[in-house]
Amino acid sequence: MNFETTIGLEVHVELKTNSKIFSPSPVEFGDEPNSNTNVIDWGYPGVLPTTNKGVVHDGIMAGLALHAQIERHPHFDRKNYFYPDNPKAYQITQSETPIAHDGWVEIDVDGKKKKIGIAEMHIEEDAGKNSHASEYSYVDLNRQGTPLIEIVSKPDISSPDEAYAYLEQLRQVIQFTGVSDVKMEEGSMRVDVNISVRPVGQKEYGVKTELKNLNSFNYVKKGLAFEEQRHQRVLMSGGKISQETRRFDETTGQTILMRTKEGSDDYRYFPEPDLPVLNISQEWIDSIEKELPEPPAKRRERYVNELGITDYDAMVITQTKEMSDFFDKMIAAGADAKLAANYLQGDVNAYMNDNQVELQDTKITPEHLATMIKLISDGTISSKMAKKVFKAITNGEEPKKFVEDKGMVQLSDPAKLQPIVDEVVAANPQSVEDFHNGKDRAIGFLVGQIMKQTHGKANPQVINKMLKDSMSK
Amino acid sequence: MNYFDQSLSSIHKQLVNKEISAKDLTQQTLDNIKAVDGDINAFITVDDEGALKTAADVDAKGIDADNVLSGMPIAIKDNMVTKGLKTTAASKILENFKPIYDATAVDKLNKLGTITVGKTNMDEFAMGGSTENSAFKITHNPWDTTKVPGGSSGGSAAAVASGEVIAALGSDTGGSIRQPASFNGVVGMKPTYGRVSRWGLIAFGSSLDQIGPITRNVADNATIMNAIAGHDKHDLTSSTKEVPDFTSTLNKGVKGLKIGIPTEFMAQGLDDDIKQTVLDTAETFKKLGATVEEVSLPHTKYGVAAYYIISSSEASSNLQRFDGIRYGRRAKDIKDLEDLYVKSRSEGFGDEVKRRIMLGTFSLSAGFYDAYFKKAAQVRTLMINDFTNVFKDYDLILAPTAPTPAYGIGEDVSDPMTMYMNDVLTLPVNLAGLPGMSIPAGFSKGLPVGVQLIGRPYDELTVYQAGNAFEQETDFAKQTPKMGGNN
Repeated sequence: MNFETTIGLEVHVELKTNSKIFSPSPVEFGDEPNSNTNVIDWGYPGVLPTTNKGVVHDGIMAGLALHAQIERHPHFDRKNYFYPDNPKAYQITQSETPIAHDGWVEIDVDGKKKKIGIAEMHIEEDAGKNSHASEYSYVDLNRQGTPLIEIVSKPDISSPDEAYAYLEQLRQVIQFTGVSDVKMEEGSMRVDVNISVRPVGQKEYGVKTELKNLNSFNYVKKGLAFEEQRHQRVLMSGGKISQETRRFDETTGQTILMRTKEGSDDYRYFPEPDLPVLNISQEWIDSIEKELPEPPAKRRERYVNELGITDYDAMVITQTKEMSDFFDKMIAAGADAKLAANYLQGDVNAYMNDNQVELQDTKITPEHLATMIKLISDGTISSKMAKKVFKAITNGEEPKKFVEDKGMVQLSDPAKLQPIVDEVVAANPQSVEDFHNGKDRAIGFLVGQIMKQTHGKANPQVINKMLKDSMSK
Repeated sequence: MNYFDQSLSSIHKQLVNKEISAKDLTQQTLDNIKAVDGDINAFITVDDEGALKTAADVDAKGIDADNVLSGMPIAIKDNMVTKGLKTTAASKILENFKPIYDATAVDKLNKLGTITVGKTNMDEFAMGGSTENSAFKITHNPWDTTKVPGGSSGGSAAAVASGEVIAALGSDTGGSIRQPASFNGVVGMKPTYGRVSRWGLIAFGSSLDQIGPITRNVADNATIMNAIAGHDKHDLTSSTKEVPDFTSTLNKGVKGLKIGIPTEFMAQGLDDDIKQTVLDTAETFKKLGATVEEVSLPHTKYGVAAYYIISSSEASSNLQRFDGIRYGRRAKDIKDLEDLYVKSRSEGFGDEVKRRIMLGTFSLSAGFYDAYFKKAAQVRTLMINDFTNVFKDYDLILAPTAPTPAYGIGEDVSDPMTMYMNDVLTLPVNLAGLPGMSIPAGFSKGLPVGVQLIGRPYDELTVYQAGNAFEQETDFAKQTPKMGGNN
């Protein structure tokens, strides 16, 4: 029996606004529990929410980046449920009129391109956090009211690999708008997935299972792959999949039953009476569209077609907007594209990893790095010298000045090098003979001798050529 | 001194002329309450100490001659939060709740130098029309203490009618200011939805609730409206429309005004005396130069159903926050989280509140939402259209406020449907978000009867203008109950 798989993803993304979606409390993490809260966040009697315009702005921006239709008159709805981290006992969300709908992102799996539809994207508030000790449970409402967007995919994803690629694309597209950090490891991106499997040709979808506890894209892929196999096995043996929520166990790579769903929860959605219907003007949408930075896919195209770097390099550079912006600034400052790409992926990346910092938090500037690359390109410094220069750049030093101050300028002038070359050739007749006998290694020895005399400043390419010329005479 | 012969401006003159200090005035109000409230039970909390301290502060700063409310003692319905002063919404679940902030309406009054003497009794969470649903006490009608004061702002209306205080704030979700105003022979205004901030009003039906003044006369009412109206950045449903001086057209009269009486409001089980009162009122308006004609609001008959579905649905959600976890009552000896929720809420809420939570929860449930909540919302739109059509040709609507005068304590509570039907004449105004004011307009067997004047959205001015014209022409507002030493 052949099967086809249908995967749906619900992705929550935390928006990077200064204040909460419905209260003026700051959005800050890691502070004392309940310190970033006020009466609104507590659901105190008599309080009312007020909509943070910045959240609506960011929602529109994310929607536009996802090629979605923007709803001009969206309203908020209440989703009712009791839980201690949900102080009003309802979440203000959007159910009837999500702010954006019918968008798409394009994925590329093994060179095959596919558009994945986005059914809807809505804005809502996050809940607080409960923690449990032996005698008491504690509630921290710092996170309560943090703005979220929830992005719901259409049932277009048909393999765990596609799900992975979709998440990667989604992360990039959102990251490039700047509305969120979109980091799974920090909780600013959270993913719930569901999967169903049906025999090819069957009209209706198979029974869905949901997966929770997915802390990385990789786990999403592994969890889905496990479920896909499990569904197929069960169906092949004539069994039935039951609608249930399962947990992905990172250590075993398996999914484990959490709870069976009998019927669906009733959240008693209804329009939030405390907030007026939003009125989003076409002018506002247009102006936000103008603010949208060039998306990653466009940038990759430009890098490959106009700057001549490889697809792979372009892909790596467009992992984050910061990296891509940095690259663009280097090119604008006159750096060679290939070398710029290499340095970003090599030394810069290693530096970021070693020091666990983001590019924008280092002292490296695109102008400095571009200057260094130009110094390499015009032969002023060797790539070996460049290691020292790079270190200086990470301390915020201007590379040209650094090179001059340290007297690191490479000797490339043949007129200055000629006497040294002549001297070394004259002093090492054996090596010259070896060279004439076809032993290429001999030239390396001679280069080494010249380097010794020039304290490493001689340009190796220049002296290589001069030695060959001299000995071939 | 009681306030039967006083208006805000007459007391203000005495304050400005230093015939009386704010502290003396406050002490007299507290004395009034002490003398009378044993019979009336209008107050849940009386704040002697706080009120006298605030009054002393106002005296120290000096009475503001340009501000009629400077140094004026008032009462606040107990569903508006008051900083440091117990606010219960007449519910056991908030029995010992001391809020940490002031409702915007209260804050605006405080800034003008009013003195909050106490918090008035009400139906629990404003659900009811007799104040009998209070978890704490039964309030008695000053005109006949065997009768209810109406509700849910029964405490505020009775406190003003009995002369305990000169003015009070109430709230009106389906008639809760106007109906007790009618039962007590006082003036009660439910402003346009959005005219007064709801920040700090413990929510019942969020799309219907409005705060408004209860006073002995129309001018006083307009004066307090001037203080509490206006946009509030804390309440996005509060209007940014400019607030006029509500006292500015009080003496303009009604000449040329077109007033409509809805046929549907005169038909439904209306007490004969009430009907006659409306007709007499119409005659007075005609005499004063207005035209009065019958008009039709054809969807009125669906109002009660739509109102109880919408208000209960919103309430079922609004009241979920009272879960025993953060403030208010927490049940003891609980097994687990669910037990904590169930026990705290079972112990904390009264029967009527539970009934409406169940009704609202049902109306919003999957499979019933379309047939109930959504249908009710559609009916609401039709009712709004009804009013819009009438207001194309008419400046005001005149209608009875309640189908009967005040009824006996205990008469109605056993039958919730009868109780709900009592709101039939007031709740359309809330569903349509219009301003409506009940003014004293007659008597039935010794009990006061009010009529309501309903205006276009944000046209409280015309309502006050007509109300004052009627009040000047008649002496119903000058009548006082024979109690509390006023014989």
